[in-house]
Amino acid sequence: MFESLSDRLGGVFDRLTKAGALSADDVKTALREVRVALLEADVSLPVARSFVKAVEAKATGAAVTKSVTPGQQVVKIVHDELIAVLTGEGDPGRLKIDNPPAPILMVGLQGGGKTTTTAKIAKRLKEREGKKVLMASLDTNRPAAMEQLAILGSQIGVDTLPIVKGEDPVQIAKRARTQASLGGYDVYMLDTAGRLHIDQELIAQAAAVRDAVNPRETLLVVDGLTGQVAVEVAQEFDERIGVSGVVLTRMDGDGRGGAALSMRQVTGKPIRFVATGEKVDALETFEPERIAGRILGM
Amino acid sequence: VPRRVLDDEMLEDLEDLLISADMGTTTAARVAANLAEGRMGRRMSVREIKEALAAEIARIMEPVARPLPIYPTRPQVVLVVGVNGSGKTTTIGKLASQFRAAGKSVVIAAGDTFRAAAVEQLQVWGERAGVPVLTAPEGSDPASLAFDAMGRAQADGADLLMIDTAGRLQNRADLMEELAKIVRVIRKKDPDAPHNTLLVLDATTGQNAVGQVEIFQRISDVSGLVMTKLDGTAKGGVLVALADRFGLPIHAIGVGEQIDDLSPFDPEEFAAALVGLDGE
Ligand SMILES: Nc1nc2c(ncn2[C@@H]2O[C@H](COP(=O)(O)OP(=O)(O)OP(=O)(O)O)[C@@H](O)[C@H]2O)c(=O)[nH]1
Ligand SMILES: Nc1nc2c(ncn2[C@@H]2O[C@H](COP(=O)(O)OP(=O)(O)OP(=O)(O)O)[C@@H](O)[C@H]2O)c(=O)[nH]1
Ligand SMILES: [K+]
Ligand SMILES: [Mg+2]
Ligand SMILES: [Mg+2]
Repeated sequence: MFESLSDRLGGVFDRLTKAGALSADDVKTALREVRVALLEADVSLPVARSFVKAVEAKATGAAVTKSVTPGQQVVKIVHDELIAVLTGEGDPGRLKIDNPPAPILMVGLQGGGKTTTTAKIAKRLKEREGKKVLMASLDTNRPAAMEQLAILGSQIGVDTLPIVKGEDPVQIAKRARTQASLGGYDVYMLDTAGRLHIDQELIAQAAAVRDAVNPRETLLVVDGLTGQVAVEVAQEFDERIGVSGVVLTRMDGDGRGGAALSMRQVTGKPIRFVATGEKVDALETFEPERIAGRILGM
Repeated sequence: VPRRVLDDEMLEDLEDLLISADMGTTTAARVAANLAEGRMGRRMSVREIKEALAAEIARIMEPVARPLPIYPTRPQVVLVVGVNGSGKTTTIGKLASQFRAAGKSVVIAAGDTFRAAAVEQLQVWGERAGVPVLTAPEGSDPASLAFDAMGRAQADGADLLMIDTAGRLQNRADLMEELAKIVRVIRKKDPDAPHNTLLVLDATTGQNAVGQVEIFQRISDVSGLVMTKLDGTAKGGVLVALADRFGLPIHAIGVGEQIDDLSPFDPEEFAAALVGLDGE
């Protein structure tokens, strides 16, 4: 749908000098295109800005080797910088789940994919790491949210906390902890209701759940198609609830996934997984190279 | 009141403001340029500029702000489509409640036979709205449910039949074909149906919404849009790009998770919120 960065830069650099090094002017011209490419990939504006600054510093004066065009050189510098920003510390697939039962808290906006991702991660922990997992829905808000998780649990053969109507999320979380301890579970996963980052009441409720169970991981589940609001969402959830990692969903779509860069840049938290479908095994560990290529339309 | 000369730098700031609201770079540049016409070099306060910008956006949005049309046909078939999690099911619940309040008899078909507890979710909405929900077992063919629901709504003499569908990403050819089949099968019962195909868009979505409209329109003849989750801080600026490019009516906006949280699309309010004029 949108032009790739290489196409954009190809055109620009036809008009530029082909001298031995990238001049400041060459770089400035190129970076205007980079900025547009990032924004069209839904990278949030402040993140695009600071990213372009960082690239400018790296590209100015960079040698252009014989084998590449100046355009290709800039694309390479941008691509490398994207990977550098996107790469988190450690292995994204290894969740902190020592000290059984380890609680994992799932949070995010409405409809982002929390419940589905909860089941996907539970299945992964069970099958790849042989963990005994309990899932509990703390969603007292959305119609049939608890039933949704229960059905997913039975599909993947993972236990869910029995549904007791009338409890609040903190009570459910505590019951999940008790059941996880008594039942010899390695991990218990807490799926929460969707909430807006500006909904003070619901954000406080999630913080109360956090205080009650002290999660080993708090994963922010974000739609990979998210636009400019990504920065604000990541910041608010991280500040108010505390996030240990990000999961990007709907990456089976043809979105450019610029939200990945925004989230990573503002929170510094690793992107752990990429969800690629509705089915319970459509979950991959995060690979910075792939998202970088995608953001640039390569 | 401090005033600034409307110059290139200021224009760029305005463009950035629009980009931050998800308008996309091309549309933002054009809207900013329209604003600048005849105003370059003029001294204006921030408020004046924002008002002018809002007026420009409202002007673009005015023609697409149209409520869902109601036809004398019985049943009027409203098919609801969109990507995963955008708010289709919730919007059906809200619309059903509004139609009921307007004295219409409504039937809902639970055409999402795929997602876990999709049917149960819609049944709750049906109860809230006081509307019967027709269901089929999980995993069954949504097209045949739609066909049966057409028959039932015709037999009951219902004013409206609303058909929920499973979420699907527009680049998933298999799922888009499933949607095309639903439309074909509905047309066997009534060649003019569906009378409305609503594409539900999530306000937090960025530029991908353009592709969503393009492909859903091609496959299922979208007749109007609903944008949900405008109660958040996302401004839904991509609607301006969409209005420009497709001209599809925007029937309503979702502003919360409760049954009454569905409002008409108001171009002036939308434009004011987009440029950050609301509450000032
Ligand atoms: N295509 C695609 N769909 C997904 C993915 N992850 C989740 N979904 C779908 O997105 C929709 C919403 O997913 P849920 O898991 O219910 O989202 P949620 O965040 O729990 O939603 P709330 O609880 O309402 O806030 C469902 O239709 C899922 O099947 C993904 O990676 N790709
Ligand atoms: N804040 C807010 N949340 C909304 C709005 N509309 C829907 N939601 C929430 O978004 C989530 C997804 O809504 P659904 O109606 O299940 O979306 P859907 O498109 O039917 O999802 P799938 O069938 O899984 O594709 C739920 O948590 C809803 O409560 C809205 O206008 N504002
Ligand atoms: K908003
Ligand atoms: Mg959920
Ligand atoms: Mg639904």
